[in-house]
Amino acid sequence: MRQTLYLTTMLSGFWLLLSGHTDTFMLSCGLVSVLITVAIVQRMNIVDEGSQPLNLPVRIFGYWLWLAKEVVKSTWDVSLHIWSPRLNISPTVICIEASQKTPTGLMIFANSITLTPGTVCMNVDDNKMEIHALTLSAANDLMSGEMDRRVSKMEDNYA
Amino acid sequence: MEITAIITALCLVLGSLLGITGGIGVYRLPDFFTRLHACGITDSACAFLILSGLMFQTGTSLETVKLLFILIFLLITSPTSTHALAKAALNSGETPLMEQQQTQQKREER
Repeated sequence: MRQTLYLTTMLSGFWLLLSGHTDTFMLSCGLVSVLITVAIVQRMNIVDEGSQPLNLPVRIFGYWLWLAKEVVKSTWDVSLHIWSPRLNISPTVICIEASQKTPTGLMIFANSITLTPGTVCMNVDDNKMEIHALTLSAANDLMSGEMDRRVSKMEDNYA
Repeated sequence: MEITAIITALCLVLGSLLGITGGIGVYRLPDFFTRLHACGITDSACAFLILSGLMFQTGTSLETVKLLFILIFLLITSPTSTHALAKAALNSGETPLMEQQQTQQKREER
C-alpha cells in the first residue's frame, strides 16, 4: 500500500514537472496515464523494496559527496593513463567480499564501483564481486575497503 | 550574468575534453574490458559536467528540473549498463587481458 501511494505521488510529480501543463484537460490526461501506469505495475507485481527503496537514509547525500570526490580523482587518473604516450596500464581482475547485507546495499556498492572510472564490477555472486581494474593502484584502492566500509556504515541506519 | 556564462563555458569545455579523452581511450586501449573504463569517463564525469553547465544557463525553470532528471537517470543507468555489458562479455567467453600477457604480446610484436 505504502509502495503504491509513493509510486503514484512520484509519477504525478514527475508528469507535472516534465509537462508543465496546468489546464484541466491536460491534467486529467496526466492523471489517467498515471493511473494506467500504476495499474499495469500492480498487475506485473514488480514494485518492492528492491526496485523502489523508500528507506534510503539521509546520510546517502554525504556518501554521494564522497563518491563525487572519488570519481574526480579516478577520472583524472584514467585520463592521464589514456593520454600518456606509453600507455602504462596494468589490467587486473580481483575478487572482493562485500559486507553489505541487503540487496539495495549491494546494488549501491556495485554501482559505485562501476561509476568510478578505472574499476568495473563484472559479476556479483551473493556477496562476492569480481572486479576488473584498469591499473594495479585502482585495484589496491578498492582492496583497502574504504568504499565498502562507507556503504555498510550507511546501510546500518537503513531499514 | 557574466559569471554564470563563464561557469557554463568552463563546464562545457572540461566536459567535452573528457568526452574526447573517453573516445581516444576506446581507440587506444587494448581489449574490451579496458575499453569499458574509457567509456566510464564519458558516463560519469563528462555527462555531469555538460549537464550542470547547461543547468547554469537555464537558471530556475522547468528546464533545469528536466536536466536534473536526465542527470539522475544517467548516473543510475550508465553503471548498470556497463555492468551488464561486462557480465555479458564474461559469460560469452571473453577473457580479460592481463598484465603478463600484455608485456608478452609487446615482446612478440618487437
